[in-house]
Amino acid sequence: MLRMAKAVYEAIRSHGEETYPHECCGALLGRAGKDGWQIEACVKAGNTRTDSAHNRYQIAPVELVRIEREARQRGLSIGGFYHSHPDHPAQWSQTDFAEAHWLGCSYVITAVEQGKAAATNSFLLAGTAEEDKRFDFEPIVIVE
Amino acid sequence: MKIFIPTPLRQYAAGKDTVDVGASTVAGALDELTQAHPDLRKHLFTGEGKVRAFVNVYLNDEDVRYLPEKDATKVSATDTLSIIPSIAGGACRKDNGVFCT
Repeated sequence: MLRMAKAVYEAIRSHGEETYPHECCGALLGRAGKDGWQIEACVKAGNTRTDSAHNRYQIAPVELVRIEREARQRGLSIGGFYHSHPDHPAQWSQTDFAEAHWLGCSYVITAVEQGKAAATNSFLLAGTAEEDKRFDFEPIVIVE
Repeated sequence: MKIFIPTPLRQYAAGKDTVDVGASTVAGALDELTQAHPDLRKHLFTGEGKVRAFVNVYLNDEDVRYLPEKDATKVSATDTLSIIPSIAGGACRKDNGVFCT
């Protein structure tokens, strides 16, 4: 289960609309709970895949370093990441899976249909290592 | 110096988000880290001992791979080392032409 502040939920969906028809991306900051992450903030990131931004995203590692530093200063941790799928379902793709390496973190995907945010789903990257990792669907609980 | 441990690897570092080491080079710092927390090794390095392709190591704000002396770069007590797994993906797998659902 992914608990997410309502403002964060709305912000990541708006971000997907802002960058349409390109993919948006960013990090989710929060605290680890007994049954999943509690997300309190999000940080927008630039999509470095300008060559194919409509169907690929990548966050520059140096930006991740800075995001993690910001999280630490706020007493939070990176609990996951979000991105959008313009005119594509809110389901993880083989590309998402192959390039997912943050075990124990949540990957949130918003489908953006013709510029409007549609479904938003979360998938927990479960497993103990690259060799046995898997995406598990997890419900998103919006916290007021 | 301080080594910052990313969320997914903290479980292999006794739950710590920061580990202090006293090494004088980047390679020495990573070695000291994995000596203290051996379970980290397979998550950071390949069987040949190279840093895994998706693992980024940053000395302050610099990618160690692009430093002139790479992991032989000298470090001081005030430097920080960040271990950051990469983040990427997208709706479509272009390399084989298959659109994913």
